[in-house]
Amino acid sequence: MKRALTAICFFASLLIIWQILFALKIWSPVLLPAPLEVARYLKGAALDGTLWTSTAVTMKRLIIGYLIGLAAGIPVGMATARLRVLRDTVGVLALGLQGLPSVCWVPLALLWFGQSEGAMLFVVIMGTLWSVILATETGVRNVNPIYIRAAATMGSKRLHTLARVILPASLPFIVSGMKQGWAFAWRSLMAAEIYVTILTGFGLGHLLHFGRELNAMEQVIGVMLVIVVIGVLADKLFFSPWENFLHRRWGTG
Amino acid sequence: MTLETELLPTTPAKLAVEGVSKTFRTARSTVHALDQVSLQVSEGEFVCLVGPSGCGKSTLLSIIAGLEKPDAGRVLADGAPVSEPGRDRMVLFQEHALFPWLDVFDNLMFGLKLKPGLSAAERREVALYYLQLVGLERFAKSNIHELSGGMKQRVALARALAPNPKVLLMDEPFAALDALTREQLYGDIQRIWAERKKTIVFVTHNVREAACLGDRVILFSPHPGRVQEQFRVDLPRPRDINSPELAGHATKIMRALKGHLKQEDQEVAE
Repeated sequence: MKRALTAICFFASLLIIWQILFALKIWSPVLLPAPLEVARYLKGAALDGTLWTSTAVTMKRLIIGYLIGLAAGIPVGMATARLRVLRDTVGVLALGLQGLPSVCWVPLALLWFGQSEGAMLFVVIMGTLWSVILATETGVRNVNPIYIRAAATMGSKRLHTLARVILPASLPFIVSGMKQGWAFAWRSLMAAEIYVTILTGFGLGHLLHFGRELNAMEQVIGVMLVIVVIGVLADKLFFSPWENFLHRRWGTG
Repeated sequence: MTLETELLPTTPAKLAVEGVSKTFRTARSTVHALDQVSLQVSEGEFVCLVGPSGCGKSTLLSIIAGLEKPDAGRVLADGAPVSEPGRDRMVLFQEHALFPWLDVFDNLMFGLKLKPGLSAAERREVALYYLQLVGLERFAKSNIHELSGGMKQRVALARALAPNPKVLLMDEPFAALDALTREQLYGDIQRIWAERKKTIVFVTHNVREAACLGDRVILFSPHPGRVQEQFRVDLPRPRDINSPELAGHATKIMRALKGHLKQEDQEVAE
């Protein structure tokens, strides 16, 4: 309760500082709109539905691409950890491509897939995949071999050991890789949506882009706020509970 | 299989180790861990393997468990050659090896779920039975890291007992515990051994521990690992590790162990 109060006070004072800066008229109101203007925009966009449809378009791209990235990345990461041939090939590739900001894939994606959902999915997958592969590989290689030996004495073999021992034992690493993959995917999707008009649906990035074209800074800032809130919600609703569970179970943190 | 038969003590197995050799080769060195080791363990016997580090006693235990393969020789459990791990031979490791992603109860269920012929309700009942046997039924839902070292090793013991193995292989299971906790566990393990009728092979470097627990103490010598000498300990049970009679046996074994070490030093000096 006290922590919630502290947070509320903090954000309220940010709003007040913003309002004061606006009232001082240091910058033109075109460049720095009042907080109320932004609120008014958000209310309007929520009422006429553009905010919801854009959010839905963006989240659909993000979630589908992310899930594909996980579904591919976790098994590939486990394979690279277990097989030296794959570690020396796919593992090195993953290390290299993870260092590549995934927005760099946008030009290629547009050439390959056109201005379509395919291009957006591709960018999100490229953002997710490599982090998840690397984190899974690290996780699996850090599994204490004694767990595998103990499981073997209890009759656990190959696939069972992989699914019931190696996978859960590497979860702390995998979850942090998933979190990083999510962050990369989210950033690159926003970049792609802002700079490329995708004909199959306008996402949050487009809304932000239109705001700039119309010189409507309250729209730009409003959409930015929505993007921030989605990021915070994803963390608090999805990743935090999972991390907390792991900390409680493993006694870490 | 019914719950009643599952909870009955098993007929313990007899073990035969026949001419087992094992060498570990790394890029830098070759360690001759076991050289032509042969020994017999009869049904329901409690045997302790003692020796200085590097005498291959833990390696032998892994080979009996089927976790490692010998270079030469073989191990027979009830006459059948051991080629892989099996739930008739469960292992208690020095590190408890409990799974931190499962709670205490689910750690016990891990092996039980892999055992065919039991219903889900029966598995839960078996798990509960063994938790009670080690006196930790109140901690069924606890996380592993919340337990003390002694409690963890108790849970590991319960987990190893749960599939009702014929043989229990223990690899210095109490080495990391404090003396008081260890003494408690000596009592527990003797009680459980008597109740559940297991053949136990217990590896330790603690001579007194070996004399306290074993019907027979097998002394290993290192480089290469060989059986040096065997001692029978005919003391009534349950034994108290602090009793003078036990100290007598321990001294005898210790003398043999030191004698060998001295001999080896002389060889090196020459």
